[in-house]
Amino acid sequence: MMAEALQTQTVDLVARFPEKVAADSRPGYSGFIVKKENLVEVATALRDEFGYDLLSTVTGVDYIAENKMEVVYHAFRTTGGPGLVFKVQADRVDPIEIPSLVPVWTGAEFQEREIWDLFGIRFTNHPDLRRILMWEGFEGHPLRKDYKEAFFEEEAKPYKSRWPDGNHAYAETRNPFRDNLKFPANFDPESYTPEKEEDLYASLERVSKPLSEDDMKTDNIVVNMGPHHPSTHGVLRVAVSLNGETITGLKPVMGYLHRNHDKIGERNTFLQIIPYTDRLDYFNSMANNFGYVTTVEKLMKIPVAERAEYIRVIMAELTRIQNHLVFVGMLLNDLGTLYTPALYAFEERELILDIFEAVSGARMMCNYFRFGGVVRDIPDDVMQKIKDLVYDRLPAKTEEMERFLNENEVLVARLKGVHLLNAEEAVRLSVTGPCLRAAGVPYDIRRADPYSIYDRFDFDVAVRYNGDMYDNYLIRFDEIYQSLRILDQALRQIPQGPINSQKPQYQVRVPAGEAYGRIESPKGELGYYVVSNGKPNPYRYHVRAPSFINLTALETMCKGVKIADFVALLAMLDIVMGEVDR
Amino acid sequence: MYGKGILKGLSVTWKRFWDTYLDDISWWLRGKKRYYSEEGIKHRSSKNTRGIFTVQYPEEQLITPEEFRYVPFLVYDEKPDGGKEIRCTSCGICAKVCPPQCIWIVRTNNPQTGKPVPEPAEFYIDMDICMNCGFCAEYCPFDAIKMDHDFDIASYNRNVYNLEKLLKPASYYAQIRPQNYSREEEARKAKEAAKAAKAEAAAAPAN
Repeated sequence: MMAEALQTQTVDLVARFPEKVAADSRPGYSGFIVKKENLVEVATALRDEFGYDLLSTVTGVDYIAENKMEVVYHAFRTTGGPGLVFKVQADRVDPIEIPSLVPVWTGAEFQEREIWDLFGIRFTNHPDLRRILMWEGFEGHPLRKDYKEAFFEEEAKPYKSRWPDGNHAYAETRNPFRDNLKFPANFDPESYTPEKEEDLYASLERVSKPLSEDDMKTDNIVVNMGPHHPSTHGVLRVAVSLNGETITGLKPVMGYLHRNHDKIGERNTFLQIIPYTDRLDYFNSMANNFGYVTTVEKLMKIPVAERAEYIRVIMAELTRIQNHLVFVGMLLNDLGTLYTPALYAFEERELILDIFEAVSGARMMCNYFRFGGVVRDIPDDVMQKIKDLVYDRLPAKTEEMERFLNENEVLVARLKGVHLLNAEEAVRLSVTGPCLRAAGVPYDIRRADPYSIYDRFDFDVAVRYNGDMYDNYLIRFDEIYQSLRILDQALRQIPQGPINSQKPQYQVRVPAGEAYGRIESPKGELGYYVVSNGKPNPYRYHVRAPSFINLTALETMCKGVKIADFVALLAMLDIVMGEVDR
Repeated sequence: MYGKGILKGLSVTWKRFWDTYLDDISWWLRGKKRYYSEEGIKHRSSKNTRGIFTVQYPEEQLITPEEFRYVPFLVYDEKPDGGKEIRCTSCGICAKVCPPQCIWIVRTNNPQTGKPVPEPAEFYIDMDICMNCGFCAEYCPFDAIKMDHDFDIASYNRNVYNLEKLLKPASYYAQIRPQNYSREEEARKAKEAAKAAKAEAAAAPAN
């Protein structure tokens, strides 16, 4: 009753905070514009009075023509329902300062660091405002509209030189390697030593406290794990400060795979972004496509063909199954069971990827979704293959996997009772996906704020309550079974018909405005924030990457545990560096 | 009992281990080849596969599905006299839609009139940059550029393909994508028939 009331309650912030808040009246925009000075006050009220406990996205937009910098916040209720957008604007004159919301929602920490890094907006009162994706000595803020990247050619694709006059040239002949980078004044690469490294260790020092007053006074040791450590799932570096074997402080360092997906997106046309989204979370390109096209369809206000909706759900659930199987396999790898469980999981994944390949043409970089539908229909023989897998093989093999591992005493001893997060911490840290649900918060966007046709299916939101590693591990199996349930219904209900509601066109018209679309990707809430100004390219394109934001919780999770458990705890977050670094 | 879970798990690996041999024996008894045969490879990527799952690349290769896509090529129709009729009209849609912008086209101009001629003078695709998204083939209105199946093109050099290297006959296209090819041919014939009927209808009232 209470939850329902909270879900449907609309918020009139203007009435609650007259003079401090104004409705955003730009055409195509929604939400509220909060005065900079009152931001913390309003945010606290939103959290405590109105129940918006989950701050999902924080991102910046550079409105260079209006000479404004804007920070956009999307807050949601974990009881479900649509979100609330509020924005803060500041004049585009350095130093741009906006109060930090980390004291209200801890989950804003990495996202505000990202905005400082890429937009150059300073968040006053932020506990650890350093660059996060670019390297420490980097000059400039790349997502500003007046920043030009190395090998810059033109503001927007398609580039003029390609047609009708050709003139093929390599980018580096036009922009030689040494001339395409900006350096600070008087910079000499020969004598450069990364002195900013000190900042990292200083911030590590700040968070590392002795375990208790009675502890023996010992020196903390700083250990760097990665970026080439095999169990950091890619090029993630984690600076850990240790007291004996116990972790007292921890700071992830990322950006080794950073290619500024957002900026690439802003150079591309709307359609051209789809194959780039494949490369975010490369295990789940179908889910990435799904999130992006849903967002742009919201902006374009077009319907999706009925059959295509079902195909989308089928693909999204198949990708969830293979992601969770790989998660289990790789977790066991991290725990030291080298490759047997991983390869068992990869067999099923391979069969699912065969389906993706037959349907879309590629195993991993599917590029299968289009605005209004999908590229092509599922051929009959592939449909039969999907049915074979869903009805025959996958349930049996998932059960076999459970029989294989779940009761294994060594595994249980490693996982049971090692605490990850409790519900309150998880929500405060903006953790989404299986980790949040294993902490006891039944928050699944497919149910909380249904997109596509998920409101038609009968399934349970997988939830477990202990919040330890064992629950986090078991919940993946629960989710596989729920996905199989959805697949069963989707395969029964799928109608015949066209697979796209639009004519195929290589340039779509997207009306001006903003949209935030989100889906429940296997790793958490995958959101896209797109701003269009009516041109063929998006004005602002931002990805809310679940892996990246879940990493905010790593420090809280790992403090006080033994270093041996760190690898398993990191594996629980199920991060993919393609998505973390973008 | 402590250790029961481990034993349970070991029974799974034990079963998987013997599955390979049991499967081998059953195939041998039926007088069929489980390895190095198309049937065997198909079996190993079906839902009934058990035991060993791997394929001995490159001696064995998985059967590529028709929709598989890897780097584009240009289609030409063979003329009766053995010449090449390039389908591409150098309209430039593929170059515009290409996400990494790896297609470079030079349009031919008629030397007398200076007007464009519907045939490319030069056509480059930078295969090092191509991301195999398949947009060019998807949005080409003339079925002139298609995605290939030939995936082992690794080399020590830069791979910039020119017109000569990109051109492949329509018969090759029909061979790698039979269903797509027949569907497109049908559509083309229907279009031509409609055109002819229209011309006839236009000619009829004149009489």
